[in-house]
Amino acid sequence: MADAGEPEGPERKDDIVKAKQEGKELTKEEKQRLRKEKKQQKKSKEKKDDKPSRDSEKEKKPASAASPAPQTPTQPPAQKAPSAAPAPVPVPASETPSAADKPAKSKAELKAERRARQEAERASKGKKGDVGPQAAPGKPKAPPSELQPVVKRLPEHVQVDNPEVLKKLAKKLERQQTPEYNAATKIPLRSDYGYKVSLFSHLHQYSRKAPLTQQLGIPSTVIHPAIVRLGLQYSQGIVAGSNARSVALLHAFKQVIRDYTTPPNEELSRDLVNRLKPYISFLNQCRPLSASMGNAIKYIKKEISNIPSQCKEEEAKRKLLNCIDCYINEKIVLAAKAIAKYSIEKISDGDVILVYGCSSLVNHILCEAFEKNRKFRVIVVDSRPRLEGREALRRLVQKGINCTYVLISAVSYILPEVSKVFLGAHALLANGYVMSRVGTSQIALVAKAFNVPVLVCCETYKFCERVQTDSFVSNELDDPDDLIVTRTGTTQLEHWQEVPSLGLLNLVYDVTPPDFVDLVITDLGMIPCTSVPVVLRVKNVDQ
Amino acid sequence: MELQAVLMAAGGGSRMTDLTYNTPKAMLPVGNKPLMWYPLNLLERMGFEEVIVITTKEVQKMMSTDPKMKLDVKMKLDVVCIQEDGDMGTADALRHIQQKIKTDILVVSCDLITDVALHEVVDLFRAHNATLAMLMSKAHEFTETVPGQKGKKKTAEQRDFVGVDQSGKRLLFMANEADLEDGLSIRKSIMRKHPRMHIKTGLVDAHLYCLKKAVVDFLADNKSISSIRGELVPYLVRKQFSKTTNCPKIKDDAEDQNQKKNDGSTNHGHSSCLSFSLDRSCWNDHRGDMSEAYHGGKLRCYVHIMDEGPCYRVNTLAAYIEANRLAPKLFEEVPVHPSAVISERCQMGSDSYIGAMCQIADKTSIKRSTIGNSTTVKEKVKVANSIIMHGVTIEEGCNIQGSVICSNAVIGRGADLKYCLVGNGQQIEPEGKDHWHEHTP
Repeated sequence: MADAGEPEGPERKDDIVKAKQEGKELTKEEKQRLRKEKKQQKKSKEKKDDKPSRDSEKEKKPASAASPAPQTPTQPPAQKAPSAAPAPVPVPASETPSAADKPAKSKAELKAERRARQEAERASKGKKGDVGPQAAPGKPKAPPSELQPVVKRLPEHVQVDNPEVLKKLAKKLERQQTPEYNAATKIPLRSDYGYKVSLFSHLHQYSRKAPLTQQLGIPSTVIHPAIVRLGLQYSQGIVAGSNARSVALLHAFKQVIRDYTTPPNEELSRDLVNRLKPYISFLNQCRPLSASMGNAIKYIKKEISNIPSQCKEEEAKRKLLNCIDCYINEKIVLAAKAIAKYSIEKISDGDVILVYGCSSLVNHILCEAFEKNRKFRVIVVDSRPRLEGREALRRLVQKGINCTYVLISAVSYILPEVSKVFLGAHALLANGYVMSRVGTSQIALVAKAFNVPVLVCCETYKFCERVQTDSFVSNELDDPDDLIVTRTGTTQLEHWQEVPSLGLLNLVYDVTPPDFVDLVITDLGMIPCTSVPVVLRVKNVDQ
Repeated sequence: MELQAVLMAAGGGSRMTDLTYNTPKAMLPVGNKPLMWYPLNLLERMGFEEVIVITTKEVQKMMSTDPKMKLDVKMKLDVVCIQEDGDMGTADALRHIQQKIKTDILVVSCDLITDVALHEVVDLFRAHNATLAMLMSKAHEFTETVPGQKGKKKTAEQRDFVGVDQSGKRLLFMANEADLEDGLSIRKSIMRKHPRMHIKTGLVDAHLYCLKKAVVDFLADNKSISSIRGELVPYLVRKQFSKTTNCPKIKDDAEDQNQKKNDGSTNHGHSSCLSFSLDRSCWNDHRGDMSEAYHGGKLRCYVHIMDEGPCYRVNTLAAYIEANRLAPKLFEEVPVHPSAVISERCQMGSDSYIGAMCQIADKTSIKRSTIGNSTTVKEKVKVANSIIMHGVTIEEGCNIQGSVICSNAVIGRGADLKYCLVGNGQQIEPEGKDHWHEHTP
């Protein structure tokens, strides 16, 4: 294979390998280079096209099967993928002129045979390949040339308008019932309610008046009563707020672990994780899980799987309960203390602090600062329909802090008075964006316009590996009927469903770009918004 | 296990003695099914698998022979017999079975006919960690004329005053007119915490209660409380607002007991975790004052008030007749039992229900009536708007309107009954003309 471009081949291959390891997507130049290389190689051995083309076909198939599973590519197939991917382009080109030949006909037949065999192999290979082809139609550009070896997999919770995904979800819920109960008792599927605004039709929208418990039997045997109670509290909004939900979740799991007994011939480390799966689906249907809850669940599952098999049940349960208590203590309670300590340094006497909505962490900080005799006053900004600011106002005034209350429409009027803005966060994304209650990005934007420093307070357990740059892709739609309000006896929007061109949108979260955030105060210290990936990396290395 | 169901079927039916002096109330036929089938069916449909039935020996005997109970009820019935002397109230009965009770309970009365979605009541119980959750319904007017009563007798009904908060779910006040001497007095502490209270009369208490296990334990210690509806519920409603010295007594008992037993029961520690999460949650059940969610109270009582949908308590004769009219429609009862023998020249209205093994002869007309099992109706009989129980023989040429004929009665030939109530095993002499609003016990 003496070629002009050959000597550079191994170097380029190294580059490509490096690129694969880092980003899994090749830059355009590298792809073009590869294509040229392969074209030259193929042209030089046109007559011996049979074997190499078939090999490249074979490699093409496992490449596209391996690409939807980006977590597990082994290096050799990955290396061959870029070399094989450009191959189909020249191959059909080279084959069509020889279509009239006898060897071409046999080639086509053999190709068809091989393809059928590859399909069978791929079908049996695993479920990971399933989502790939299904996600493809959902994506705006289905790669026809399969030049991109990596097909990003869309998470299922943002594909609500895809009926195949809904069917898959229903089947998954069926499969997830605990094994000792018959197939009739399974986790019900909560149906969507009302007209969804088209931009957000890929998300779930549930009605608070149709709780999931409607479809469950009353003495809930399929799902542990503590989890049913928790799900109800989530869906009715009794437990709301990132920290509150995580704490309640962990307490419910403690209850589940306490009541758990290992069935015979099963290991606690594996069976308990399987037992938790239907509970998590149930809670997800009651209200979509938050990033902090997701991290807490990952932690628990890891702890459970790490229980050695020779550990006795009592001891294992005790260890797990202990772990959960430690987690709550470290990540939530002590973190709040640490953050309060750092924040109090930033609060000086005479400050006017603006807060938005009701963040348990920010309230805690302000109460601590007040106890340390800092002189400041607070402006609480609130927004419909949740009107959580009223609760924040109550807690601050109860402590004795001087407070003002405005609605978000008055933010630009009140900002000239403000010296700092303290915001809470629901999650911090890996690209530095802050996901928080809807309205937060507005506040940050206006504060930036007025040159007021914006400080976000967030514990590290809320840091999330997701990347998002807009509030559309992944969000939560709350009950649209919450927007209906009755004033002086008249309810204007009462019959909104009958108006065909009217849609009510009740968004819960939005993302704030890191340009608007000046500082993030975490339990690890005060970091800029863009250092979130560093923290995540450090955390992963620790674990 | 989350909830245990308890069915109270030992009641005597003191307000309809004419019907119940021979048949116990729990086994009175309504739409050709025994009365206690209806709450059991409700529990079964909701998903319960076991029920503790508190009843008398007589009812237990009748239950074991009744075909409907044997075939249709698939749940496991744990029958507990108590004495028939009638001194035992519902709370006393709960005290009696305290050993069997391991979790929170759902108490149902045997005379409840409803198709309420039970999850509404139980969700209140679960979500708010309530001590008591009950069901009430808007009362329906009874339109049928009650046999045996001349004219409309206005019974001085003792009204129930029920006070709920603005959301209509939290129960703030409950009293019966009989207990109020001068007027309705409401404590200032309640008004301070809930300045807007809706007081409703004209609600029917369905006698369906979700109670925490701690309440049962509390009953075991306080032997003075004997009736759930009459004493326990008003006590709990009052205790919501009492000073905290007395209030946590129920809770503390439960937590102490649980710590001793180390049962892993769901209540232990749940109240403390709930308060830990509620501290961080941005939710409050009321607004306008400085207090936290639930005003920091640990004892909470909730009520679900049904606006529409059937909910009957069959404890008076009028209610019994109404139930007979409407219950079969609720459950889509087959109008004619397959084993009944009906001749072709019988005119049967679509509202009528014929029981098993009946024999209906020619030229009879049956409209808007319920005919029980093993009844014989001879020729030329006209039955309208009536309830005929099991084993009755109606001879030729009778004309029965708006009446209730109890089991095993014999109506002689040519008798003419209008709005009459014929007791058990009675015999009406033939050619008895123009019985009107009579009442033969």
